[in-house]
Amino acid sequence: MRAMVYRGPYKVRIEEKDIPPIEHPNDAIVRVELAAICGSDLHLYHGMMPDTRVGTTFGHEFIGVVEEVGSSVQNLTRGDRVMVPFNVYCGSCFFCARGLYSNCHNVNPNATAVGGIYGYSHTCGGYDGGQAEYVRVPFADVGPTIIPDWMDDEDAVLLTDATATGYFGAQLGDIAEGDTVVVFGAGPVGLMAAKSSWLMGAGRVIVIDHLEYRLEKARSFAHAETFNFAEYDDIVVEMKKATDYLGADVVIDAVGAEADGNFLQHVSAAKFKLQGGSPIALNWAIDSVRKGGTVSVVGAYGPMFSAVKFGDALNKGLTLRMNQAPVKRQWPRLFEHIQNGYLKPSDIVTHRIPLEHIAEGYHIFSAKLDDCIKPLIVPNSAA
Amino acid sequence: MPYTADKPQSAPSSDELRARIPGWGADLDPKDRPSFPRERFDPGATGAHWDFPERQEEKVPRERSIEHRFLTPVFGTSAPLHGKSGEIRRYAYGFSEARAAHWLLLLAADRVDAIESHLRSFLTLRPDNPITETGVLSEFTHHGIRSRIGRKRADTSHTWIDPILVAGPWLIAGTIAYSLFSGRKK
Repeated sequence: MRAMVYRGPYKVRIEEKDIPPIEHPNDAIVRVELAAICGSDLHLYHGMMPDTRVGTTFGHEFIGVVEEVGSSVQNLTRGDRVMVPFNVYCGSCFFCARGLYSNCHNVNPNATAVGGIYGYSHTCGGYDGGQAEYVRVPFADVGPTIIPDWMDDEDAVLLTDATATGYFGAQLGDIAEGDTVVVFGAGPVGLMAAKSSWLMGAGRVIVIDHLEYRLEKARSFAHAETFNFAEYDDIVVEMKKATDYLGADVVIDAVGAEADGNFLQHVSAAKFKLQGGSPIALNWAIDSVRKGGTVSVVGAYGPMFSAVKFGDALNKGLTLRMNQAPVKRQWPRLFEHIQNGYLKPSDIVTHRIPLEHIAEGYHIFSAKLDDCIKPLIVPNSAA
Repeated sequence: MPYTADKPQSAPSSDELRARIPGWGADLDPKDRPSFPRERFDPGATGAHWDFPERQEEKVPRERSIEHRFLTPVFGTSAPLHGKSGEIRRYAYGFSEARAAHWLLLLAADRVDAIESHLRSFLTLRPDNPITETGVLSEFTHHGIRSRIGRKRADTSHTWIDPILVAGPWLIAGTIAYSLFSGRKK
C-alpha cells in the first residue's frame, strides 16, 4: 500500500508499505477514504515531538471502510464505513471507565503521561496513522463509529479531532451565560472552539491570530470579533481595553507548541527544541483572563518543560483546565448540532490534496501558503 | 470597570444573540454538556467486553516507560528500535518520564535516526531528496510570495531559519565529505 512516511524534520514522502496485519483479536484494518493533516501533525513534521521515528506514518484524523476484523470484534463487520476518533483507547482501564478516553492506560507502553494517538510518535504509543491507504485500528469495538447515512464525509473526518477538540475546549472553559471568551488561534481547533462558545451561551467571542485570512474566517464562520496581534504592540493590553480593563472570563489556548509572537520563545521551542512548546499563547491567555477566570488549553504541547508564567496564574487565582479531547464522548451531541444546522465543520476545509502530493500538502499547511486552513488528504483521488 | 462591583456590560442581550447566532445557548446548562462531570464512572458505556484486554503478541522486544508496571496489552509496532538511534532510545527508556534526560535523549536519538536513515537511503535506489521531500516546490505553485508579502504575518521574522535547519546538515555533511575526499587525493 502507499503511505506517507516521515523521513526527518521537514521531510516526508510516499512509500510502499505492507498492508498492516491484525495484531490483536479486537483489531480492525480500515481502508482509508479520507484523512486530514492536523495542526499538531506539524509539531511532528518539525521534529518537536520526542521519539518521532523515521519510517512512521502520521495521521490521526481519518475515515474509511472496514476491510478486516479480528476474532473478538462484535460491533463492526467488513464493509462498514467508520469514523475513528484520534484516541486509541481500550474502554476498560481505570481512566476509560471514567470517560477519560484520551488518558487510556492500556495502549501506550512508551509513556504514562499521555494516552495512545494514531500516527503521533512513539511517545503516543508507536501506532501508524491514517495518511495511508490502510491503517490498523485497535479496539475496534470501542473507538470507531459507523458514519450515519446523513453525514457528509468531510464533516465526519473533521469530527475525529478538530471539531471535537474545539468543542471540548469550550467546555473546559466552563462558559456561563454572557461570558466574554477569548480564543487564541484561528486554526481549525480555534475556529471550532469559538463557534462552540456561542452554543454554551457566550456573550462575546474574540479570536486572536496573526493570519488575516484566518481572522476573516473567524468572523464569517464563527461570528467572532477579531484582533490581529501583529498589529498591536501588546495584545494583552488590547484585551484589557476590550473588556473595560476587567479581562476575559474565559480564555482558550488553541495554538499550542508553535505559537508565534515572541521571537525568543518561538525560536527556542519550535526551531531549537529547547522547550516542550512555545508558550506564548498560553502566557497571553494567563495574562488576558480576568482574576478568578478560567484558562482552557487544547493546543498541543510536547512533554518537556516550557517557560509558562505560572506565578501570574497563581496570583490571579486562575482555574487552568486542559486535556486531549475524549472524542467519542462529544459525538452524540455534536451529531445533533450538525443535524440542527448549528455546526458545519467542513466549512473550514480549504485544500483537498492527493496522497501522492503529501509533501506539498505539509509544506503548504506548515508555511500557511494559499490561505490554507484545513487540508484534507485523499488516498485514492484518481479512483 | 473592575474598580466597582458591577460587571462591565459589553455583550448584547441573550435574546439578541439567540436571534443572530445559530444554536446560541443550545448547551447553556453547564451540567448538560458531554464532558460534565469530567469523570463519570460508566464502564459499560465504552463497548469494551473485557475487564482487561487480551495481550497483543510481543514479536520483538518492546521498550516501555519504567513508570508502567508491565508492557501495555496493546501497543504500536510502527518502527522498532534499530541502529545507533535505537541504542540511544533504549538507554533513554531507562529514565522515567519525569527526568529531562529521558526526553533530551529521545530528541537526540531522533536526529541520529534522521542522519542514519538519510545515509542508508543513499545505498538504495531511492535516496532521500530534500527538494521533493520538503515539498518546497509548492512555494512556486501555491503563491509562496503572495502568501507572505504585505500580510503582517508574525512568522516572517524567523522563516529564514527553516532553510538553514533543513539544508544545514546536508551542507555540513557535503563539506566534510568533500574535504575528506580532497584530502585523500593530496
